[in-house]
Amino acid sequence: MNITIDVKEMEQYTKVKIVGEIDAYTAPKLRETIFPYAEKKNTKIVIDLSEVSYMDSTGLGVFVGLFKSLNANEGTLQLTGLSERLRRLFDITGLADIMNINSEVEGGV
Amino acid sequence: MGFRDVMHEKYKEILESYMEDQNEQALYLSQKFSRKSIEYKISPEEIISIHKTALMELEAERSDSVMPSFDILLEVMMGYGLAYREHQSLRTIQQELKSEIEVAANMQQTLLGTQIPDVDCLDIGAISVPARQMSGDYYHFVQDEQGAVSVAIADIIGKGIPAALCMSMIKYSMDSLPEGRHEPYQVLESLNRVVEQNVDPTMFITMFYGMYNTINHTFYYSSAGHEPGFFYNHETKEFEELYAKGLLLGVDKKTKYRQFEKRVDVGDVILLMSDGVTECRTEEGFIEVDTLIGYIEKYIHLEAQEIANKVYKELEYLQDFQLRDDFTLIILKRIK
Repeated sequence: MNITIDVKEMEQYTKVKIVGEIDAYTAPKLRETIFPYAEKKNTKIVIDLSEVSYMDSTGLGVFVGLFKSLNANEGTLQLTGLSERLRRLFDITGLADIMNINSEVEGGV
Repeated sequence: MGFRDVMHEKYKEILESYMEDQNEQALYLSQKFSRKSIEYKISPEEIISIHKTALMELEAERSDSVMPSFDILLEVMMGYGLAYREHQSLRTIQQELKSEIEVAANMQQTLLGTQIPDVDCLDIGAISVPARQMSGDYYHFVQDEQGAVSVAIADIIGKGIPAALCMSMIKYSMDSLPEGRHEPYQVLESLNRVVEQNVDPTMFITMFYGMYNTINHTFYYSSAGHEPGFFYNHETKEFEELYAKGLLLGVDKKTKYRQFEKRVDVGDVILLMSDGVTECRTEEGFIEVDTLIGYIEKYIHLEAQEIANKVYKELEYLQDFQLRDDFTLIILKRIK
């Protein structure tokens, strides 16, 4: 049960690549790593989830928190590369309707 | 320069001065050194090593000068002794806190306890097993005078004490809804407002709320991001998903929830569950929905409580008796 989080601050947005599993054990690390970026004004965060093999409700909580925090600071969140299982999780919870989500991994933005 | 860089020299100076004439001032400086080294998290064995190096550098080979050096070492180690005793007493306090949490967990169980309603036409079963000390899953039954049985099943995202407190809040908001019948979508909308206002922004709740009308035998339901349940049609012997989609509670206070309905005939079964059931994980990966349905089907002819218990046993066995997530399964079976 491990996770690696790679954050790159690009000119136009902050690119995050997550590899591993997002659950109750790894969620705190994810939150600590990404939240500071969401607290800045007008940030755009793009998160690549194509190599996330598992995510539970705690992980989902991190993304909802991130989404709310970005919204409050006029930023945006985009999630890319969701597997079918992850996609379903965002669908059931109604989050797919309010968040910017796509299954494709974004090429050059 | 930091303490770490100079501590060697400093210690050597104190030691040298004391070895020369055993003055009080050196002992006083040792106490100061002790406090400082604890503050900078220098370990006891590092101190011993500093002492040894200093002795070598001072070329103190004769035993009459080595002996007094231990007075300095002793003085420095005294601070560590105090810190150790403090650590011991903190451990006791920690144990006290732990047992207090256990009391809280028990109290939680009592506070949140719900009674399975007793109605002629329904056989109801429920099982809820926490993965750790305090459960993040919650279910609640309400029966009104007009014969409707309502059931809420919720998962608080975020575990431990905050989740437990949050759960109590949910229960009391549900209890304090005004008298009279409440449609599932109304309950969710009202709870959503409470959660949005009162809960930490990183904590969320998924909830499925259903109301079984025992007069027209229709099940009305709405979902706030909760795992969909299943419906078993007795006549066709087929399972279908109790599809309902809606946003998690606590994300947006203006959220509207859609209500769905399902006609229930004798022998039909409604199954509601937490994601600990559908996201059950084994060595080989997640169990497929078909596998889960297979287990349910195997026991569907039994009494509701028996179905719940048996399905739990099967999944517990699959996971090698190590629950990864809280497990809650509720079964409503129409018997007449």
